[in-house]
Amino acid sequence: MKAKISAVALAAAMAAGPVLAQDSLTVALQLEPPHLDPTSAAAGAIDQVVYANIFEGLTRFGPDGSVNPGLASSWEISEDGLTYTFHLVEGAKFHDGTDFEATDVVFSLDRARGEDSVNAQKTLFAGIESVEAVDPATVKVTLSAPDGLFLFKMAWGDAVIVAPESIDDIKTAPVGTGAFTFDGWVQGDSISLAKNPDYWGEPAMLDAATFKYISDPTAGFAAMMAGDVDAFVAFPAPENLPQFDADPRFKVLIGSTEGETILAMNNGREPFSNKLVREAVAHAINRQDIIDGAMFGYGTPIGTFFAPHNPDYVDLTGLSDYDPEKSKALLEEAGVALPLKVKMTLPPPSYARRGGEIVAAQLRAVGIEPEIENVEWAQWLENTFRNAHDYDLTIISHTEPMDINAYANPDYYFQYDNPAFQDVMAKLDVESDPAVRSELLKSAQTMLAEDYVSGFLFELPLHTVAKTGVEGLWVNMPTQATDLTGVYWEK
Amino acid sequence: MSLAEETSTTAMALKNRNLLLGGALTAVFLGAALLSFLWVPYDVTQLDIANKIKGPSAAHWLGTDHYGRDILAMIMVGARTSIAVAVVAVGIGMLAGVPLGLWAAARRGSLLDEVIMRGNDLVFAFPSLVIAVMITAAFGPSATNAIIAIGIFNIPVFARITRSGALTLWSRDFILAARVAGKGSARISFEHILPNVLNLLIVQGTIQFSLGILAEAGLSYVGLGAQPPIPSWGRMLADSQTFISFAPHMALFPGLAILLTVLGLNLMGDGLRDLFDPKLRRGRT
Amino acid sequence: MLRYTLTRFLSLCLSLAVASVVIFFAIEVLPGDPASIMLGVNAQPDTLAALRTELGLDQPMVARYFAWVTGLLQGDFGISYTYRTPVAQMIADRLAVSLPLALFSLALTVVIAFPVGIWAASRRGSVSDVSIMGLTQLGVAIPNFWFAMLMVLVFAINLQWFSAGGFAGWDAGLLAVLKSLTLPAIALALPQASILARVMRSALLDTLSEDFIRTARAKGLTRRQALWRHALRNALIPVLTIIGMQFSFLLAGGIIIENVFYLPGLGRLIFQAISARDLVVVESVVMLLVFAVILVNFLVELAYAAVDPRLRAR
Repeated sequence: MKAKISAVALAAAMAAGPVLAQDSLTVALQLEPPHLDPTSAAAGAIDQVVYANIFEGLTRFGPDGSVNPGLASSWEISEDGLTYTFHLVEGAKFHDGTDFEATDVVFSLDRARGEDSVNAQKTLFAGIESVEAVDPATVKVTLSAPDGLFLFKMAWGDAVIVAPESIDDIKTAPVGTGAFTFDGWVQGDSISLAKNPDYWGEPAMLDAATFKYISDPTAGFAAMMAGDVDAFVAFPAPENLPQFDADPRFKVLIGSTEGETILAMNNGREPFSNKLVREAVAHAINRQDIIDGAMFGYGTPIGTFFAPHNPDYVDLTGLSDYDPEKSKALLEEAGVALPLKVKMTLPPPSYARRGGEIVAAQLRAVGIEPEIENVEWAQWLENTFRNAHDYDLTIISHTEPMDINAYANPDYYFQYDNPAFQDVMAKLDVESDPAVRSELLKSAQTMLAEDYVSGFLFELPLHTVAKTGVEGLWVNMPTQATDLTGVYWEK
Repeated sequence: MSLAEETSTTAMALKNRNLLLGGALTAVFLGAALLSFLWVPYDVTQLDIANKIKGPSAAHWLGTDHYGRDILAMIMVGARTSIAVAVVAVGIGMLAGVPLGLWAAARRGSLLDEVIMRGNDLVFAFPSLVIAVMITAAFGPSATNAIIAIGIFNIPVFARITRSGALTLWSRDFILAARVAGKGSARISFEHILPNVLNLLIVQGTIQFSLGILAEAGLSYVGLGAQPPIPSWGRMLADSQTFISFAPHMALFPGLAILLTVLGLNLMGDGLRDLFDPKLRRGRT
Repeated sequence: MLRYTLTRFLSLCLSLAVASVVIFFAIEVLPGDPASIMLGVNAQPDTLAALRTELGLDQPMVARYFAWVTGLLQGDFGISYTYRTPVAQMIADRLAVSLPLALFSLALTVVIAFPVGIWAASRRGSVSDVSIMGLTQLGVAIPNFWFAMLMVLVFAINLQWFSAGGFAGWDAGLLAVLKSLTLPAIALALPQASILARVMRSALLDTLSEDFIRTARAKGLTRRQALWRHALRNALIPVLTIIGMQFSFLLAGGIIIENVFYLPGLGRLIFQAISARDLVVVESVVMLLVFAVILVNFLVELAYAAVDPRLRAR
């Protein structure tokens, strides 16, 4: 098996010479996936390769975050909102030549919600009561309760359709229905895709595509400048963007992500269990300095846990404006002894490390002394996020779409336990009237801002650098994906 | 030209030059580190985002970094970190390594000697940076853990050099005399052997000191040394990387600081060696 | 000699056994659960438990140690937690970068150090000797990652002579390989070459002052002739020892340079594996590196003993 893969990889490496440059594309990404099964790991790096390119779901996200038809060309929803009847596209085949049929959908969804499922987003499937194949081109999904977000959930990368025939090797040789086939993987370096000649829909415009992994921002800059790669999606060093912008060989796409970047405070223990102290932190923070210093001016300030490009967003930044004097007064009112020593845990991304240094300096100015601890993801997940919640402050960007309901979970690492907020979220879950939903979302945002649950910093931007002539790349990142199906070279 | 002539004039001058130049460079950086306790041009914990990434000027002699901090001040305070880490790491190596070496030499050829020396080989066999990465993965990155990681690898260095220095001494007459006088080997080791290997240890200590500075820079560079806001040369270099194409001053000055400090210490080590042992006046190996 | 070899071999095995225990248990106690890293922030407890069982993490630590060592003895390095591929294959893939890089920089080291060392020794005390020795001092003192950064700035970004990083693979042709490995090899070789040149010079000077050289010179050989005909051969022993040490250092010590040039080598594999808590990979790679060093030491000792019988009596 392994030998076969490397043989394919070698062939790909040879094929991807400069001669074919106009029909192939090399895209640099920062994080290499551990394997290529999007249904058994949370790594966004997996979806960045396979989503829409190799694997498809019943529905799929568009570049603007809308939910569009995917392998289901249409569907009907029953009156009570419990039964979804999906009509599948015709003529779709998996890359190994087997037909895509309703039984594959049943297999995929049952596998994802099954007892021994290792799906990282198992809750997406929790509302499914049963899945049945009506005929080869029709699938009926029954829910246990109405769910206004069900089609949205089926568009996630964790809900893509896989085939029972090829499931055993999915981690190293993924077989999907998408416009690209998996072509090889040089571990530690690159993954290559080839155009799927038998694609059921609009065929890809590139003959071949390579994802090249460059974790170091400097190396990424150098690789772009040297022309080694054609595009870099989520370019990690915003300080270099002006240089690319000034260079006619390149263009810079500036878009948004679903990433609310926050200074999380541990509401579950002293001193941040005290709302006055949290409010003091909120007023000690100068968002513009953080955006200028850590992001070189890119990023939209946020005043609550919601994406500013969402129509339901409320601008609440005024509640936590930069006012160090007020901050000092609040600390005095709270009666904490200054200097207040706290721990600030920072995960690896540069927005967190740099933002953390700046936030720490701003907090020191009002008498709070954070001790910075830079950690790897492993330690962050273990100590801050999952078990111990052993942290005071941390900086992190929550990149899942529509994830404000995280604050409704009192066991979440925020340790925020507000029954009123939980009540709003519970209502939202079963509400399908858009106007009422909007009201609920707005009141939820206001609650979080008024409780100063976290320090709300900025919405994480998405920077893509590409050679002039590369067209069709997504500007925004509504979900973790590098959809290459519509990418082409302008001739 | 005879050998005797050769060892006199030119080489003597070379020796002095090593010691003088090395001592001067070392003094500059030690002085900068000490001065930083009393005075720095700017507070390194204060950020000045509006003045970020400015080249050298009258206000900021070496320019500012990506948070608007003064690079000269950062280098001065960073010298403290480098020197502290390297000194303590050398201390650990000496405190543990020297007694081990003396002990092994006193029991030369015994099982104990064998165990100590094999243990040394074993530590040497571990890739040092990998161990440092593991230590910091386990206990979190900090200056303390960098010291431990560097210090561990100093132990076998000092054990080995102490043992080999001590071995040649054990066969000398004055040691025999001490034995005849009824002194135990532990007492002989500390009263007679140790003072006579001290020169060796000072020379090796200087060299390990310079290696420690390089190692600290390397560890901080990959993010495993002192944590912000404590400035460190290695992290300044890591931070400067993405700016190198349009603000090379951010990378140039911390790099030069490391280079000159290490150079100074190495030259001083050579100079000291020549001073202590004129026969070895051939440059460090 | 046989008895000496046997005792040395025994001690080699003992060292390896101790090393394996130290490596395994030191790495297993690292905080951080591989399963939760793989499944991320939204994983459910039952999902985590299922994955732990799949990875064998529910077994007791001692049992896993023996399983690992037994595997190693049979040449089985285990299966990576995160990549789900055999570790042996991953190591082989990475060695395809690290080994040529180590050899390339070692070759550069030798090519630079030999002539420089010999030149300096043959003109001892002259201006060129003093300036060469000064330059090697600089070479020893320069942080190699900083030197690498400067080279990338000049030769990759500005002049575009070489790749700024990455490894195109052997199939892209020798030229592409040279383009990607030259700068890292120079960065690695510079300090090593400086050290080796100094060793070469002092080893030559040492032998030049020995009796047989004096005899040769008394017979009328010039200093330079004596150096070429006699001293060089004798100076090779310490020089080769250093080269042996440098090779094992270069194999593992490239970790920072591999990061600067994003080369998919062994060093970066360890770095990635530690952050992903892919413990099997970390354990096996570290064990392999330790084994390489211990083996080189063992061979060097045997070679010495063969040359110099007095050492056997130690």
